[in-house]
Amino acid sequence: MCLAIPGRVAQIDINDGIRTGRVQFGGITRQACLDFVPEAKEGDYVLVHVGFAISVVDKDEAERTYALLETMGVLEDELAIEKPDPSAKP
Amino acid sequence: MKYLDEYRDAKIARGLAAEILRRSTRPWVLMEICGGQTHTLMRYGIDDLLGDSVQLVHGPGCPVCVTSLETIDRALALAARPGVTLVSYGDMLRVPGSKADLFQVKAEGGDVRVVYSPTDAVQLARSQPDRKVVFFAVGFETTAPAHAMAILQAERLGLKNFSILASHVLVPPAIRTLLGSPRNRVQGFIAPGHVCTVVGYREYEDLVREFHVPIVVGGFEPVDLLEAIRMLVVQLEEGRAEIENQYVRSVQYEGNRPAQEAVARVFEVADRKWRGIGSIPVSGLRIRDEYAAFDAERTFELTCVCAEEPAECISAEVLLGNKKPTDCTAFGTRCTPERPLGAPMVSTEGACAAYYQYRRHAVAR
Amino acid sequence: MPPTTNTAATRLPAEPVSDEPKDIAAFSCPLPLPARDRILLGHGSGGKLSAELLKDVFLPALGNPVLNRLEDQAIVSLNGTRLAITTDSFVVKPLFFRGGDIGSLAVHGTINDLAMGGAEPLWLSAAFILEEGLPTETLKRVVASMHEAAVKAGVPIVTGDTKVVEKGSADGLFINTTGIGRVRDGVALSASQAQPGDAILVSGFIGDHGIAILAEREGLQFETQVHSDSAALHTLAAALLDATQEVRCLRDPTRGGLSSTLNEIATSSGVGMELNETAIPVREEVRGACEMLGLDPMYVANEGKLVAVVASSAAEKALAALKNHPQGRDAVIVGKVTGEHPRMVVMRTPFGTTRIVDMLAGDQLPRIC
Repeated sequence: MCLAIPGRVAQIDINDGIRTGRVQFGGITRQACLDFVPEAKEGDYVLVHVGFAISVVDKDEAERTYALLETMGVLEDELAIEKPDPSAKP
Repeated sequence: MKYLDEYRDAKIARGLAAEILRRSTRPWVLMEICGGQTHTLMRYGIDDLLGDSVQLVHGPGCPVCVTSLETIDRALALAARPGVTLVSYGDMLRVPGSKADLFQVKAEGGDVRVVYSPTDAVQLARSQPDRKVVFFAVGFETTAPAHAMAILQAERLGLKNFSILASHVLVPPAIRTLLGSPRNRVQGFIAPGHVCTVVGYREYEDLVREFHVPIVVGGFEPVDLLEAIRMLVVQLEEGRAEIENQYVRSVQYEGNRPAQEAVARVFEVADRKWRGIGSIPVSGLRIRDEYAAFDAERTFELTCVCAEEPAECISAEVLLGNKKPTDCTAFGTRCTPERPLGAPMVSTEGACAAYYQYRRHAVAR
Repeated sequence: MPPTTNTAATRLPAEPVSDEPKDIAAFSCPLPLPARDRILLGHGSGGKLSAELLKDVFLPALGNPVLNRLEDQAIVSLNGTRLAITTDSFVVKPLFFRGGDIGSLAVHGTINDLAMGGAEPLWLSAAFILEEGLPTETLKRVVASMHEAAVKAGVPIVTGDTKVVEKGSADGLFINTTGIGRVRDGVALSASQAQPGDAILVSGFIGDHGIAILAEREGLQFETQVHSDSAALHTLAAALLDATQEVRCLRDPTRGGLSSTLNEIATSSGVGMELNETAIPVREEVRGACEMLGLDPMYVANEGKLVAVVASSAAEKALAALKNHPQGRDAVIVGKVTGEHPRMVVMRTPFGTTRIVDMLAGDQLPRIC
């Protein structure tokens, strides 16, 4: 478990006493319950699992760690000459 | 799609794989717990990318697979009743009970419907007051909050025709069972990132302390998993055993408090039977007495079915990572997704199904 | 050792009988039926179960040289003229969806089956099975849509039939069609003709139709601009056949999606296929819906796309011919036929690794895991 994908909160409403958001996932929009993420605001990205947002994506942490990951990709290019062959382990 | 596509970047993935190959001096045995993570590993052929640097084994991370036979039979019995609408996630429809699955019950006239969210089931109950709507609430800690909210919402709306048939399992007790087994070979774990988004990773820290095994909380995209594997390999090569969090964009140490509170309000911890493994103490959730009116096990009279799995099915061994699906004598021949002998072959997240779907040609060669 | 079950314990306690006109005997029988004694929804999904039904029921009873070829159309000869005949049934729910309805779908789908056989569609028939209680207005809308689609495609509906069944026996309305066309001279297309080295082309974005339908299904609703790609493809197919003589096979990847169609061709021809994942064209919105529901676009239905297997020397010409046509602007080469791993379709991932693209057993279902 479990399938949860990030989407952008486009609009927040109250429906039947529940705080819901219209969340966009790459072009489609679906309602999600925001009761577990009271701090979420419009424009934030949330992870949605079965119609419930379970976290707000931490943009700063994401950026910081991604910058480090990108260096892996760069390293890969620079070491291209000595690219290891996965099927031949010494 | 933002926060998704970047974590599928081929260059970064290959860079991480190269780094893992470089650092690893022996094939460390690593286990990912969650079925969604297994799916990604298979879909992107990550074990091919990593060669012999690590050995990936797949854990019991598929709540669909580990839902007990009794519970599935109860769901089938309810679905077959006149006046009952059984609402379920798509995953459960093909999982075999002792004699049939929900698709077959549907074919025989049962009212079975698929939804994406438990709120859809509550809405259905609201719009059809003359039918008893039972939601088949299966999941790990990730999904329990949604199920708790469904009950709280039904209560708030004053619905008298909504209940859930609950089957929740908790991950840490299963890992403890695994680590406590004398046959355990797993040297490092990737903890399930969405479970930890909800509950945090304090319990995994406890496991690290107790068993001296490194655990990294990992996400679900290929770059997430490769990074988590890299972090585990570095720990193992350096002889460390610590808890680390790879999935920082979603997981915090404390997890999601409002979600935990909703679960605590509606559920309490109980012993639970895991299909293929047996009973694991305090590894499941049951609905509290205050909410008994929403517990299908108590509101419907359901007699107990005592059934056994086909002898050839080795799902217990596969779920615990002791065997690979390809070790099973029935794999791909007597046991296929069309005619499964056990749950891991049916559920799209089951290790056997993932192997069958994606890896068969490697086996054939 | 067979599973042991206390069958007495599974007997259901007495329940008030519901108003639903279902078979009461089925509920009271305590012995669940063994696996394959009933038709399941999966048998209609275009995947392995459908194939099983053909193999176990239809072919043994009805088999003959023409039927046994299992193409989307039958090609028969009359006084030296080759005719293509096809029949199809349309049971889509909901009846109306963004981008079409069951009526236009029926016209397009039948025309396409003829076109995939290299035939010029000439006439259609339409038989309706109506559920008692269906609003007449609904029927009028569907029929008007069929007329419009037929006129636009230039293929008249020349005969028909109507039956009404009791309330609860049909989802409002079912349509069965037959189409007749004349096969182009010198053209002999078949799923059994793919050869190693051939190129595999797709005429545009996959998954639109299936997602448009799902968006309107109760329990899964989401907002989207995606609409069904339902369209008549005979002029697109003709443009391709005009451009090159080396087309081996044409298929429209409807139920079961691109993956099922490619698997059918691979199995029929006894060849393998290798696809390039980065080349598979999927719209952003379709991808978003698939990510949310845990679906793979490769298995989602299309109603206005074709798959073409052509000789490698003709690949560029074929691609240009498709792209020159309004319905083929987004056409792309997605892979090639290979002599390796016969009957298996393999996908090369963006990481350079491979995985199998298998045929599904039944329908693809949304998942939470």
